[in-house]
Amino acid sequence: MGKILVFAEQTNGKLKRSSIELLQAAAKSGNTVVAVVFGSHAGDVTAAIGHNGANEVHVVKDAALDAYNPELFTANIAAIVEKVQPSILLASASSTGRDLFPRVAARLNTGIASDCTELNISGDNVTATKPMYSGKCFAKANFENSSVKIVLMRANQLPVAAADTAKSANVVEQAAVKPDLKTLIKEVVKGASEKLDLTEANVIVSGGRGLKEAGNFKMLHDLADVLGATVGASRAVVDAGWVGHGMQVGQTGKTVAPTLYIAVGISGAIQHLAGMSGSKVIVAINNDPNAPIFQKATYGIVGDAFEIVPKLTEEFKKALHH
Amino acid sequence: MKIFVCIKQVPDTETKIKITPDQNGIDTAGIKWVLNPYDEFAVEEANKLRDANPGSQVWVLSVGPKARVVESLRTALAMGADEAIVVNAENVDNFSTAKALAEVIKAEGGAKVIFSGKLAIDDNASSVSQMLAEFLNVPHTTVVSKFAFNGENVVVERDVEGGAKEVVQMMTPAVVAANKGLNMPRYASLPGIMKAKKKVIKEVEFSSLNIPASDIKVKYSGFTLPAEKPAVKMISGDASAQASELVKLLRDEAKVL
Ligand SMILES: Cc1cc2nc3c(=O)[nH]c(=O)nc-3n(C[C@@H](O)[C@H](O)[C@H](O)COP(=O)(O)OP(=O)(O)OC[C@H]3O[C@@H](n4cnc5c(N)ncnc54)[C@H](O)[C@@H]3O)c2cc1C
Ligand SMILES: Cc1cc2nc3c(=O)[nH]c(=O)nc-3n(C[C@H](O)[C@H](O)[C@H](O)COP(=O)(O)OP(=O)(O)OC[C@H]3O[C@@H](n4cnc5c(N)ncnc54)[C@H](O)[C@@H]3O)c2cc1C
Repeated sequence: MGKILVFAEQTNGKLKRSSIELLQAAAKSGNTVVAVVFGSHAGDVTAAIGHNGANEVHVVKDAALDAYNPELFTANIAAIVEKVQPSILLASASSTGRDLFPRVAARLNTGIASDCTELNISGDNVTATKPMYSGKCFAKANFENSSVKIVLMRANQLPVAAADTAKSANVVEQAAVKPDLKTLIKEVVKGASEKLDLTEANVIVSGGRGLKEAGNFKMLHDLADVLGATVGASRAVVDAGWVGHGMQVGQTGKTVAPTLYIAVGISGAIQHLAGMSGSKVIVAINNDPNAPIFQKATYGIVGDAFEIVPKLTEEFKKALHH
Repeated sequence: MKIFVCIKQVPDTETKIKITPDQNGIDTAGIKWVLNPYDEFAVEEANKLRDANPGSQVWVLSVGPKARVVESLRTALAMGADEAIVVNAENVDNFSTAKALAEVIKAEGGAKVIFSGKLAIDDNASSVSQMLAEFLNVPHTTVVSKFAFNGENVVVERDVEGGAKEVVQMMTPAVVAANKGLNMPRYASLPGIMKAKKKVIKEVEFSSLNIPASDIKVKYSGFTLPAEKPAVKMISGDASAQASELVKLLRDEAKVL
């Protein structure tokens, strides 16, 4: 058995669900689990990290690490890896994870498998499965010539059990490494939405051109509020300027993997399917019985979105608040 | 100044994927190859930067099997790039691809700005740009939707989670990986296409770059197609009946509520 290093992400002192998935998967493997967490709020999540299976957590509580800087983060991860000497490094394929860890892999002269959906740890060996060609096939990534095998997992792919509050991790405080930087983060402009990002959302309600105009997205937001969902969109409505590009799901938008994806007035073009076909349960609402989206859907409703969606919002309210 | 653009040739999204009998790859017979969509934004931004800075040149660079990859290089030349280099290689992973890109850029005297795409739509890894930056020891920003150059530094806007944006300043040389929204790529003009046909594309053999075999870090195997989805369950009745039936199925059958 060896050590698994988990890069734990937190927002405002709350441990991300995707990090909990990784900690629990690492703990289940029987290896020693070491977590690392950055930023002035890092101390707030060490208890949660322990409850989810870490034996040890390295905390770099420096405010310099509050905003993501690729060079700074690479240097700090490399320093922790050198101390901990893990054989596997797990991180989420979040926007930070995807940007950071390829650079870390290059620095450490080791291999990385990105955007994986299945994880198989056996001893200190790991294989990961990832979708390729927009989800049209899957392949296993096998590591060679790699001192630390780095795997980036998509969110919502691994099961999460209740945290065990009897467990705790040994906390190790680390000082930040501060190399000369060529990158300067000038400003972080907050997003309009307080909701989970599409790539992490467990439930997504998405709208397409069938909604007719920008104002009608309100109907989807109402439904999403009841479900605790994030709202997404097809490219057609992004190109029409109804919603921002950050909401686009698909080949040139975001790849999502929620438990429930509700597609309203979306035809189901192949480029849209490329981004959402990994959803566990897909509901399609479309007034055209021949819309291609029905071929991918779990449940289909042929009907007018303007009649169905408000009714659905009412029904969910009843079902969820009883 | 010299501007480099790294481009990848990928199967068109509409392509049907067939797996080889040994399950160690896909059957490439009959695949229609195109320039990776994000790399079109990269080529366009490089052209704009060149046009705004007289005396500059855009070099496009691709690693892959020479026989087909030159087509994508010609597409980029037809869009307005000035020079092209192909690194003839098969079965190299993202680590050694990035190494090869870095070696060639160094051998050509380096670059002020290196553009790439935020990800390749086939492997969907978004790793080559960052690795390339590390091998060149220069800064990088990925998922870039706005770019400006002030003669010394570049200032870019990067799309992050939840619709948030980061404004990042980097010293040059720097690697900039393009997102959609950065620009509207120009179409190749007819004169551009004619000129691109006549261009000599410089060829480099991967084996001449002295990249050790131990720089292959990941191998893919066990390719499978997604499991067949059960047929869709259509819900009938009027709008009210459909809505209550759906909620019931999501709760009791799919168990996702
Ligand atoms: C025949 C064949 C066999 C392969 N076998 C393996 C294998 O066994 N193991 C394995 O890991 N991979 C294998 N690959 C894939 C590997 O070479 C990837 O294509 C490469 O690592 C790029 O990764 P990516 O697609 O994730 O690019 P990303 O990192 O997603 O691409 C981001 C950007 O980097 C640039 N870029 C990416 N690739 C290139 C390139 N080739 N040339 C120039 N710029 C580029 C582009 O600007 C692109 O937009 C194989 C590919 C081929 C064609
Ligand atoms: C290179 C490339 C990349 C692309 N990337 C993406 C991508 O990332 N994401 C993406 O989504 N697309 C992408 N596309 C575009 C894609 O091909 C489609 O054009 C797009 O997905 C269509 O959006 P839509 O389904 O909203 O619109 P439409 O295809 O116009 O479909 C609207 C649907 O609404 C239904 N409808 C109409 N009125 C009602 C009503 N009252 N109630 C219920 N249903 C109704 C209609 O029957 C129809 O099925 C890409 C295309 C290309 C070429």
